[in-house]
Amino acid sequence: MTTNATTPTRTVVKTRGIEAARARTALWLLLPTLIAIALVAGYPLWRTIFFAFHEANLTTPDQVRYVGFQNFWFTTEDGVGIGFLQDPKWWQAVKNTLLFTVVSVFIETVLGMIIALVVNSNFKGRAFLRTAMLVPWAIPTVVSAQMWAYMYNDTFGLIGNGLLSHFSADGKGIALLADPDKAVWAMIAVDVWKTTSFMALLILAGLQSLPSDMYEAADMDGASKWTQFWRMTLPLLRPALLVALVFRSLDSLRVFDVMYVMLGPVTSSSTSMTGYARLTLIDNSLLGMGSAVAVAIFLIIMVIVVIYVTAFRVKFD
Amino acid sequence: MNLQRTNPTLYYLQRTAFYVLVIAITVYLLFPFVWAVITSFSKAGNLFLTPGAFLVSPKTLENYAQVFNNPAFQRGLLFSVIAAVGAVAISIIFGSFAAYALGRFRFAGKQVVMYIILAVSVFPQIAVLGGLFTLIRAAGVFNNPVGLIVSYLIFTIPFTVWVLTSFVRDIPGELEEAALVDGASPLQTLFLVLFPVMMPALVTTGLLAFINAWNEYLFALTFTSSNRTVPVVIANYSGASQYDQPWGPIMAASIVVTVPLIILVLVFQRNIVSGLTAGAVKG
Repeated sequence: MTTNATTPTRTVVKTRGIEAARARTALWLLLPTLIAIALVAGYPLWRTIFFAFHEANLTTPDQVRYVGFQNFWFTTEDGVGIGFLQDPKWWQAVKNTLLFTVVSVFIETVLGMIIALVVNSNFKGRAFLRTAMLVPWAIPTVVSAQMWAYMYNDTFGLIGNGLLSHFSADGKGIALLADPDKAVWAMIAVDVWKTTSFMALLILAGLQSLPSDMYEAADMDGASKWTQFWRMTLPLLRPALLVALVFRSLDSLRVFDVMYVMLGPVTSSSTSMTGYARLTLIDNSLLGMGSAVAVAIFLIIMVIVVIYVTAFRVKFD
Repeated sequence: MNLQRTNPTLYYLQRTAFYVLVIAITVYLLFPFVWAVITSFSKAGNLFLTPGAFLVSPKTLENYAQVFNNPAFQRGLLFSVIAAVGAVAISIIFGSFAAYALGRFRFAGKQVVMYIILAVSVFPQIAVLGGLFTLIRAAGVFNNPVGLIVSYLIFTIPFTVWVLTSFVRDIPGELEEAALVDGASPLQTLFLVLFPVMMPALVTTGLLAFINAWNEYLFALTFTSSNRTVPVVIANYSGASQYDQPWGPIMAASIVVTVPLIILVLVFQRNIVSGLTAGAVKG
């Protein structure tokens, strides 16, 4: 009886010892990653939050003065609004970024779905199209920005001069990129071209995991392809689609490269929140104010992540 | 289906419409790139021609010669390679350690670590720009590839950890148990047993991280002044005056940095799709 009683306890102690040892090993294995993340994400983020509540200049970051929320909202005695939340340019950037995100992600989803459905069906040249799909995705963003800037050029661009000259009063090309409100639509076209492939790839992966016998059964029952798409494909594709949506939305919200390269620092600061933040932080050297903008962007993105995750119950594991 | 027999007209109409769609998609996806390739081989004077005349105008390698003789571009290539390879090498080493721990070990706080890593990958880079800038300057690595390597870790590390963890989980446990029974230490197990099995995953992850680092623009623009990487050089490529954009050389430079990526992507096509979906669909 005694031996029977002690043996299990011993094994428990022994496995516990192994578990503890393995937990220690796991910690050591994680340490380099955790240190790297603390160094490049944790500490800089903390500094950004710190600077957001201080008056600070990029050239002399050691001389700071606590100003509370003045970087966000502050009116001087003369009634001049200083905080960035009082700057109409910031709100223009927010409006344009949201417009850019909603429209481009919507078009990318629809186009990506069409391309994925086409590639998922059987036809000659399917392998070629699948390969062609990867090309826009593989092209660096800066390169695709330059390619499109060339096509938008109002003297010899295919679109700026060729296509749009038919619509202009004098028959000359239209400088699409000069006006922020027009430019944002030009940016949407570039982003859609560049990232629809990515969307299509993710949707295609989702499509290929759907059971084919289910479609055979639906064919037998006489369900049309249209019904099959809306009643079977779309609901089953939901998880893959949602994750793709979340990732694309977050990418669009922090858009920077495309707009900065094609529109330059000043115009891009009214079309993207990140462009506005960089202009304030780097070009104008306003470390405190720029950090406050960065904090605002960080909060906006985090709020949207939380909304997505809770509303759609997206699972990441 | 039997539509081919019951209603051949409708069948062929559908097939034609389908192929028109396929062609439209292909043209849409490839045209801007093809147009850039054609421009890169064209003389500056011919850019004013109408599209038809432009297509048949004589072609030249001048733009490529000019790009390769441009010292800024040469340096750009060098610094891009250093920054991207450095960041990827560190991320692969750190990332595989972390992925091994997260994929194979049970310990308290694992969920928290997973969420931190996921949170960092949705980080807007702008949120750390000011902090990193002061850090990099204080460490004396401004305008130095080391500063770029360190800053690139913010997106390469979470990515490699996340993708490699999902690969590690899929490796059968017996391999590692056998090594443990033979008395191998965790590091020996990782390097001698898991690494060889993970080789395809490491190559895929490394390649995807490399593409991201190679394309990075915001940090490269902000943390360097003369030691620019290739994307910054291409974005700033300027002609004699502000209004004279040298489109031929710009397109040539663009093609030069893109073609290696496209070749890599085509060679590793299957791995890339699985890597992307492992990284995205599973988180």
